Amino acid sequence: MNSDTIRTAALAIGGSLLLAGLLFAANGENPFEAFKLLFEGSVGSRAKLSNTLLVWVPLTLAAASLVVTFSAGLWNIGVEGQIIVGAIGATWAAREVGGPSFVVITAAIVVAIIAGSLWALLAGVLKVYGGVNEIFGGLGLDFVATGMATYLIIGPWQRAGVASTSGTDLLRDEAWLPKIGDENISWVSLALTVAAVIGVFLLMRGTSFGLKLKAVGSNVHSATRLGIPANRYMLIAFGLGGALAGLAGSAQVLGFHHKLVPASSGGFGFLGILVVLLAAYRASLIAPIAFFFAAITVGTTFLELRLGLDSAVGGVLQGLLVLFVLLAGGWQRKRRTEAASALAPTPSAVAGEG
Amino acid sequence: MLELLDIHKHYGSLRANDGVTIAVERGSIHGILGENGAGKSTLMKVLAGFITADSGEIRLDGESLPTGSTKRSLESGVGLLHQDPLHCMPFSVLDNFMLGRPESFILDHSTAQAELNRLSDEFGFSLDPDVPVRTLTIGERQQLEIVRLLSLGIRVLILDEPTTAISAEQRTSLFATLRTLAGQGMIVLFVSHKLEEVDEICDRVSVLRLGRLVGEAELPVPTERLVEMMFGEMIVQSPRVTAEPGEPVIDLESISLHDRLVTLDDISVKVHTAEVVGLAGLEGSGQQTLLRVAAGLLSPARGSVRIGGETLTGRGYRRHLDAGVHYLPADRLGEGLVEGLTVKEHFALAGIEPQGFLLDWERASSEATARIEEFSVKGTVDSTPESLSGGNQQRLLLAMMPEKISLLVMEHPTRGLDIESAELVWTRLLARRSDRTAILFASADLDELLRYSDRIVVFFAGRILAVLDATETDSEAIGYLIGGKERV
Repeated sequence: MNSDTIRTAALAIGGSLLLAGLLFAANGENPFEAFKLLFEGSVGSRAKLSNTLLVWVPLTLAAASLVVTFSAGLWNIGVEGQIIVGAIGATWAAREVGGPSFVVITAAIVVAIIAGSLWALLAGVLKVYGGVNEIFGGLGLDFVATGMATYLIIGPWQRAGVASTSGTDLLRDEAWLPKIGDENISWVSLALTVAAVIGVFLLMRGTSFGLKLKAVGSNVHSATRLGIPANRYMLIAFGLGGALAGLAGSAQVLGFHHKLVPASSGGFGFLGILVVLLAAYRASLIAPIAFFFAAITVGTTFLELRLGLDSAVGGVLQGLLVLFVLLAGGWQRKRRTEAASALAPTPSAVAGEG
Repeated sequence: MLELLDIHKHYGSLRANDGVTIAVERGSIHGILGENGAGKSTLMKVLAGFITADSGEIRLDGESLPTGSTKRSLESGVGLLHQDPLHCMPFSVLDNFMLGRPESFILDHSTAQAELNRLSDEFGFSLDPDVPVRTLTIGERQQLEIVRLLSLGIRVLILDEPTTAISAEQRTSLFATLRTLAGQGMIVLFVSHKLEEVDEICDRVSVLRLGRLVGEAELPVPTERLVEMMFGEMIVQSPRVTAEPGEPVIDLESISLHDRLVTLDDISVKVHTAEVVGLAGLEGSGQQTLLRVAAGLLSPARGSVRIGGETLTGRGYRRHLDAGVHYLPADRLGEGLVEGLTVKEHFALAGIEPQGFLLDWERASSEATARIEEFSVKGTVDSTPESLSGGNQQRLLLAMMPEKISLLVMEHPTRGLDIESAELVWTRLLARRSDRTAILFASADLDELLRYSDRIVVFFAGRILAVLDATETDSEAIGYLIGGKERV
């Protein structure tokens, strides 16, 4: 981490805290009191920490997935849909596979990983062979995935008697992830998430695969000249990213909702983009940043309870933070380019600047 | 009268314009002649306000012109016609004509159309106001741009290599237009590196070389004087190194293909082991296209590519790579090196000492250290290529070359490098040649072509104009051929 990164981070965090504080003050609340409550509400007790970790798991997995695809230069907006398809896969396996808990859970996780991976590969194939920009392909597939989940919930997998968009019936006990004591969080999802983050970190840092992926992402022409099959690497990145998103989907189904709900992804695919932007695409930073975001998400619900502030303030806080980071980064880049005398671009000739 | 006074424009250590002073009378067509990279385009962009000069002044009829704003340059009467005018392609001819005109908020189509028709008629253009611009040829788009600039009341018209992509007929029409405009008192600046065109259309010419004004002349003038000014005196040659050529390494036979603005027409070239073949020609004459065919980056529409006796036509870059073809691009950062990755990471990628799935950073680091020392790359194993100078980038690319190469394909191997760096690069390349590697390269530097090639193939307009033995020719002869003229 160089001094520029630290300055950017300090600027961003300071700026967003200041604005958030003003926001609290404008609502007639003492900002310091609000921040204290935010802290207490997210990590103040075992139960609260457990809730924060429940958010941390899918958010971190989504961010890990995005680190892989972003490294390959792919704006994989389809994570949201990949989480949902993973959740569908996990639900399917949990409904279909019998036997002891260990077997059911393993099957559900494996199916979710495969389902998420294939869904992402679809966006990859559309991009590599169909020339469809992965942003639009991914976004389109997000909607298809949501539609599929809703169809299953009110159709083939509807609750006995009533078809309701509130979700399917609860899964059998064997498909529930084992919990830590009385808390909601499971050591299985925690362990898998930690393993995924470490895996992505090592993949990007210590393997020739990760290096080639980064080369493809930074400059696909040069990478190709170096003999790297760029298309293949992009597809693998999609597949790997989708696998991590699918894992997040299984954690949502097996460890949180215990059923399939229409919005099983909970927006973590999109929030994950903010985490990765804040982490500057570095795997080493996503776990702490995702934790910070999860704490804000959970803490603001407490804020609502105690101060009557709408919990949407959490989204505002997270958004401010990212905007400030992008602003600080952009501003520093601009200063650097102005300092270095770059080659003049050739502007459009049509109307001049007018 | 237009005066460019002591224009300086530097990009880092590169002096694109180094104190250029030129004066042009009203009603004359003035040629700006020079090789690629001589500083012509920079000078014209300064004049038209696209870039700001570091120092210097521009005066039109004694009045100082604003700099650094295309809008204000246009308002002051200076208009630049691009080689390939940038229009809004889906818009109609009339809409494009009206863009940039001082229209009121509510558009007055009829007045604009009358103006467009009047100007078109005056110069004998047939521009249909209602068709979309994308249906026009480049020549017609130039006509549209000329009438658009004229309707803005320009007094200086700059044409940057206007004849590159238009037909002979359109060229005749363009030249007639320019003469008419000059007759009306317009100052026309005609930028070109084509000797015969400058000879044909211009009243006077200024020749640039390496950012400096090296000569001016009233036309007509004997062509050899222009060639001499453009390319300079020959530097005394160091003794040539020769090797006995062996078997053919690459056999390009009857290659024809159309790529972007270049059409290759029935090109055949063979390169043998330990032979160096240089491709000469103006930018866009086909030599770069042929190099890309040789590297497998482009597939010929007709003809065959044989490497080491094996037919590889259309088999792609990676197949060529496997056959021992190595390609060094002119755009080192764009298609050779990866911005953001360190030197060490580049060596791990290049796989000279192949790495397994798990990277051994210590080994990559020591390999990189040894290699960059051997190739005198000024930087560390943790430097990123964008922080290196052009010469160091090129040496890094050379250091990344695999051990066994049968054919080395290079575009402008020493472009942008100072003499010392260029020497070093060629020492390395010739060392490869003594290992029986064949070399096929294109260069705009005639001296480089003469010094290092065994044979020189001269391209003109997508065809091979001549194949010369480098020991039996000189820069003057090649200079003529590059411009499409035989020496008389």
